[in-house]
Amino acid sequence: MDVTKISREFLDALLSGAAPVPTEGLVALRSHALERANALSVPTTRDEEWRFTDLAPLYRLALRKPVDEVPMPSADVIAAWIAPEVPTRLVFVDGRFSPSLSAVPTAGSTPGLTVTTLAAAMASGDAAVQAHVGKLASVDDDLFAAVNTAWLRDGVFVRAGRGAAGRTIHCLFVATQADVVQHPRILVVAEDGAEVALVEDYVSLQEGAYCVNAVVEVAVGANARVRHVKVQRDSAKAFHLATTSVSVQRDGFYSNLAVTFGGRISRNNIHIRQDGTGTEFELDGLAFIDGRSLADTHSFVDHAHAHGRSRQLHKCVVAGGAHAVFNGRILVREGAQKTDSTQENRSILLSDKAHVDTKPQLEIFADDVKCAHGATVGQLEAEEVFYLMTRGLSEGTARNLLTYGFAADVVNRIPIASIVKSLAARLLEHTGGQEIA
Amino acid sequence: MSNGAGKILLDVRGLCASVAGVPILKGIDFTVRAGEVHAIMGPNGSGKSTFSKVLAGHPSYEVTGGTAVFDGVDLLELSAEERARSGFFLSFQYPVEVPGVANAQFLRLAYNTVLGGRGRDELDPLEFDDFVREKMKLLEMDPAFLDRSVNTGFSGGEKKRNEILQMALLEPKLAFLDETDSGLDIDALRIVAQGVNHLRSADNAVVLVTHYQRLLNYIVPDFVHVMDGGRLVKTGGRELALELEARGYDWIGKQAA
Repeated sequence: MDVTKISREFLDALLSGAAPVPTEGLVALRSHALERANALSVPTTRDEEWRFTDLAPLYRLALRKPVDEVPMPSADVIAAWIAPEVPTRLVFVDGRFSPSLSAVPTAGSTPGLTVTTLAAAMASGDAAVQAHVGKLASVDDDLFAAVNTAWLRDGVFVRAGRGAAGRTIHCLFVATQADVVQHPRILVVAEDGAEVALVEDYVSLQEGAYCVNAVVEVAVGANARVRHVKVQRDSAKAFHLATTSVSVQRDGFYSNLAVTFGGRISRNNIHIRQDGTGTEFELDGLAFIDGRSLADTHSFVDHAHAHGRSRQLHKCVVAGGAHAVFNGRILVREGAQKTDSTQENRSILLSDKAHVDTKPQLEIFADDVKCAHGATVGQLEAEEVFYLMTRGLSEGTARNLLTYGFAADVVNRIPIASIVKSLAARLLEHTGGQEIA
Repeated sequence: MSNGAGKILLDVRGLCASVAGVPILKGIDFTVRAGEVHAIMGPNGSGKSTFSKVLAGHPSYEVTGGTAVFDGVDLLELSAEERARSGFFLSFQYPVEVPGVANAQFLRLAYNTVLGGRGRDELDPLEFDDFVREKMKLLEMDPAFLDRSVNTGFSGGEKKRNEILQMALLEPKLAFLDETDSGLDIDALRIVAQGVNHLRSADNAVVLVTHYQRLLNYIVPDFVHVMDGGRLVKTGGRELALELEARGYDWIGKQAA
């Protein structure tokens, strides 16, 4: 069958039922998004932004539209993914909010902090929703963000004020059914001086194909600090498309630590924009993939004002016939003087069929800046393997330990011990297990 | 002090080695008996570090001639890990950083592999923790170094202490310490030297590979060898080291020629 026809049918199926009912909120935004989604075509490898990532396998999938009623798993079933040290939790099952599995503070219980569903925030008329939703993640040229926005009925809403220091919110998205598409949506508004942490976590109870199409918007106010951790551990057949759009005001701080174990195809767009002077960004990424997975990270750091700092480390461990893509764009606009930006991309290929495409993309239009970038692709360092062998480890064990360490170096930066432990166990499974534990 | 009666631990005859086709070692004869301390000195580029790495089994070096028998076994036939398990230890001049792997995990893995292979009980993390903390006292190391990634962000001195800690854990028969004194301040040098002296016995031996004689004030050698141009060109007692300190290396070359 004709590729265009397949992709058109895919898009029609994806949008069928998305049209907003007038009684719902955000009708204008959603109608506009639907209009854009219909006007845009699905990306192919002919698009520069998708050169290395062919979504054809996704277009062939017969996805079911988001469902209103889903059978909720019992608390026992998801217990493995609960982080005991993070008491605030919102759980979505196949895209539907589950009040019984969630632990949300009652309104007003924490001064300065609102954690609720987007639906509830809209119903209560919270002005921050209208002020921010859809403002950061543009639907104009991003088809998948447009589709997500067209379906926008619910999601996570976090608004932190100055008094709400240090709270962490765990957003857990559980896939329980094959062929379902879910459109997760998160809006975090950190007001001036606020501090808040977000953990965005995707898991699956089944091994079939499904599709996650997420949009996360984070508005970081002046002097505010937001730490954002994303863990993507979908099934091996899953498709995961995500756009994270962040705006950071004067002297604000935003960190993004994203760990992906792939899925069939995953695409993580991270767009961070400086909206004031003196901001600081930290980006850490790990793609740890095997089999037929393709994991694509496209980051875009936009230094639009002076005195911005950004540090980025993206690592890929690619085994089997897997394929990692990293496109790290850093834009230093005219006037963004004294920008201090570093980007490092390090990839290890563990098999002959493993493949990495890496593309650092620095665009600098200011003359008084420090920008450094580096990319390495290769095997483990012979000197490191030798060192461990002189301590009695076999070559295989040495390689496993080094591979584990290479990946754990990123995972260990997650500030939640139970999640580090669970991810470290997963890294171990692929690096010799008890042999190096 | 050696009485020359110890069992021969290492016997190297006519050892030649090259890297990327370039000959570095050009016929080394070297014998170490149990209970002895040797120092190998020499100018930069003389082949000292290469000699250590060749004996440890570094894959980049090709042995092109000669023999090396370690405790009755052909050392050159063994892989690097087999050499370590059989009791050969190399303390690195530049210990490798392994981000993401906790030092405790690495040390325990090395201990269980090497000592477990010699019939010692393997230790679980808790047992090992007690065990390694005792050894760390010897080197006045902060136990916090157990939780940090292997050598990552360690100062030069901390890395060298961590090397000697590994020597303490692995109980080698023969330890080559490659430039262990470089990067150490005087207090760290004293502590590391005390650690090494503490580990010496009538059954093991130590070879100090060093550019300076400073370390030899703390670990007193029975024999001092001078390496130049890939050969051991002179051997003497500890007084040779003092002479080298005073006169440099140039006179040796002239004398040998």
